[in-house]
Amino acid sequence: MLAGVGEPSPVPASLTSPPLECQEARCHMPSKAAFFDVDGTLVKTNVVHVYAYYAMNRGSVSGIAGRTLSTALSVPLFGLMDSLDRKTFNEFFYRYYAGLTEDRLVTIAEDMFEDVLQPALFEQSQDLIDQARRSGCKVVLVTGALDFTMRPLARHLGADDLIANKMQFVGGKATGKVIPPIIEGANKANSIRAYCAKEGLTLDKCHGYSDSASDYAMLAVVGRPTAVNPDLRLRSIARAYNWPILDLK
Amino acid sequence: MRPFKTLQKLYDEESQVVITEKGSPPRALFYGEGFLQEDLPVGTRVIFPRPPMAGVPNVKAAIRWAINNPDGMDPLHALLKPGMRLTCVIDDISVPLPPMVTPDVRQSILEVVLELAADSGVDDVHLVIANALHRRMTEGEMKRMVGEKIYDAFYPDRYYNHDAEDPDGIVALERTSHGEEVSVNRRVAESDLIIYVNVNFVPMNGGHKSMGTGVSNYASLRHHHNPKTIRASESYMEPKASALYRSNERIGRNIDKHLKVFHIETTLNNRMFGAPTDFLAKREEDYTEGDRLKFQAMRYALSKMPRAAARKILNTIPAPYDVTGVYAGATEPAHAKTLETSWKQYVVPVEGQSDIVIFPIPFVSPYSVNSILNPLLVQVMGLGYFFNLNRGVPLVKKGGVLILLHPAYDEFDPEHHPSYIEFFHRLLPETRDSMKLEHKYEKEFAENPSYVHLYRKNNAYHGVHPFYMWYWGENGRQHVGKVIVAGAENNHVPALLGWDRTDTLTEAIEEARGFMGRSATISLLRIAPTVMVDVK
Repeated sequence: MLAGVGEPSPVPASLTSPPLECQEARCHMPSKAAFFDVDGTLVKTNVVHVYAYYAMNRGSVSGIAGRTLSTALSVPLFGLMDSLDRKTFNEFFYRYYAGLTEDRLVTIAEDMFEDVLQPALFEQSQDLIDQARRSGCKVVLVTGALDFTMRPLARHLGADDLIANKMQFVGGKATGKVIPPIIEGANKANSIRAYCAKEGLTLDKCHGYSDSASDYAMLAVVGRPTAVNPDLRLRSIARAYNWPILDLK
Repeated sequence: MRPFKTLQKLYDEESQVVITEKGSPPRALFYGEGFLQEDLPVGTRVIFPRPPMAGVPNVKAAIRWAINNPDGMDPLHALLKPGMRLTCVIDDISVPLPPMVTPDVRQSILEVVLELAADSGVDDVHLVIANALHRRMTEGEMKRMVGEKIYDAFYPDRYYNHDAEDPDGIVALERTSHGEEVSVNRRVAESDLIIYVNVNFVPMNGGHKSMGTGVSNYASLRHHHNPKTIRASESYMEPKASALYRSNERIGRNIDKHLKVFHIETTLNNRMFGAPTDFLAKREEDYTEGDRLKFQAMRYALSKMPRAAARKILNTIPAPYDVTGVYAGATEPAHAKTLETSWKQYVVPVEGQSDIVIFPIPFVSPYSVNSILNPLLVQVMGLGYFFNLNRGVPLVKKGGVLILLHPAYDEFDPEHHPSYIEFFHRLLPETRDSMKLEHKYEKEFAENPSYVHLYRKNNAYHGVHPFYMWYWGENGRQHVGKVIVAGAENNHVPALLGWDRTDTLTEAIEEARGFMGRSATISLLRIAPTVMVDVK
């Protein structure tokens, strides 16, 4: 369930209709989970692609033009901020959603998944997730993206749960603020720890997958970290700590 | 005066056994990617490989004769029917070592078989590499193994690596009388005829192990790749003394009951080194001045270059093996002939065990072709393969000392051996007890999604493979009293493996004598090429 406005903690947003195999897996009471970062790890895109799609589907010609133009102009800034600090980047970036209605965002999310995320999925992502499930793991996506944008993807991949950022809505419209704490960096690790405590999972047996050194905390907190398509910094960390490195295609 | 009996020992009837005397030359010994030149104590027994047997004069003619005159089955042409589904299962890159000069004997066999299949109207043909839980072969390696023509015709749709983790790619057959699971690659199981293309590098391979292991999966392999089975095996190279062989036999017989498998087994001689390095196969007593010069130059050059470069160079030198026999037909009669030829080439009879045995460890192993001989593989070469190169009685006495010559560097190939790294650095510091490792960690590694992915999609050994390497050394570990790695360049690798270390072979022999007594007998297995002992 989505956390409501003002809720203090990042309670994982469980999917509304988990697939049948997930329900079966729950019957077996897995004691471990596989936590997957999404952008760059399972899909080639990042939050900018997602936002760009929303910008293009603003609903009016002026809206489309305005948001597309401002997004285009901001791209270098996004890139700079993302490389410097993911938290600042997210906080700044999500302001661009301000004013969009909740039902509109949820509706577009389904189309956005089909048009943007699904084509960008690495072919081998599903294999990796299926293997995690076969090995007895709950499958949990952990992403700095907004939950409504990721829910169709999580459903498609057969994930059991989703830990994602939640947009604040007032009067049915997005305020552009994300309910704190923002899921990124160290907070991803905190969320995973809280999730394991809540679900009775053994953190040391859990797997973590990410592509970015900004997720070092998330990888370090689980017992079985893996770098996926890692950036240079993460590749060097993975080599230093002898973490497996996957190059998903 | 020296008693006559002792004099007789110095001149053993087998010329492959030389007792070191005062004037004996120093020995040229493998030491990882380099060589050592060492004087051995007087009285040390040096066991040399047999010289290469003569190869068959015409390999393709021998193949044709074998498939037309198989043992226990109809000739191959009589088994081929138009429209049938045929699968050729092929031994992987782990044999022979080093990879042989092209054309590889597997290519020669396939050229004959595929031509015959085409002439018989058999179009549905797949080539499956029996890599079991070994790494997938790369495209380049696959092309080299079967030749460009076959590769271009079959790769990638009809020439591929076996995938033991494909959820839809494995078929379970009935269990053995001992409850062992029998799993086989689906394409193989659903074929009307299977032709197994084997290269028998050591007697452990071939026979029922080919199908029982090569195209199976973890669920089936765990019934014999475990510490209990290994401890119950006196030698992997002698079927009568191997619980591993017996388990594979039960599984293989079950497979033969359900599937029609036509084996083509081949044996190779001992011609491991080509012209520039053929002196390595000689006894040092027979070295010419030129040989000595070449050895010194090679030893010096390899010692001065970076290890990776030395490894690269050594890996590019193929072995000019000759084919000494081709045997075809049903599993057991064909393999019986293979074993006879194999033993004829490799076995050297020796009188009695020794208190101290020295094994030089070369740069290559079945699991490190085009890769790094990491510490677990050094362990498996010493305590697994070399220790078991006998016909049921080990060369070293129970409680004796093994001396291994290797730098024992802490290097791993993250592409080929990712799970080895975790095994070595996370598990071995906790315990070296195989039973505990199996019970506590084997399943976790076997099912680790990252390792499964790397096995299926990249070129990594399966997550469980380092356990098998550790188990492989189990009967050696249980048998010897001490292992010393001479020339180890660090302390922590030998310590993690439970071994002692010394800087030099001389120091290692001194330490071993301190352990076994001053009158301890010493043997050196002057490997490579391959040599097996038959201890009387």
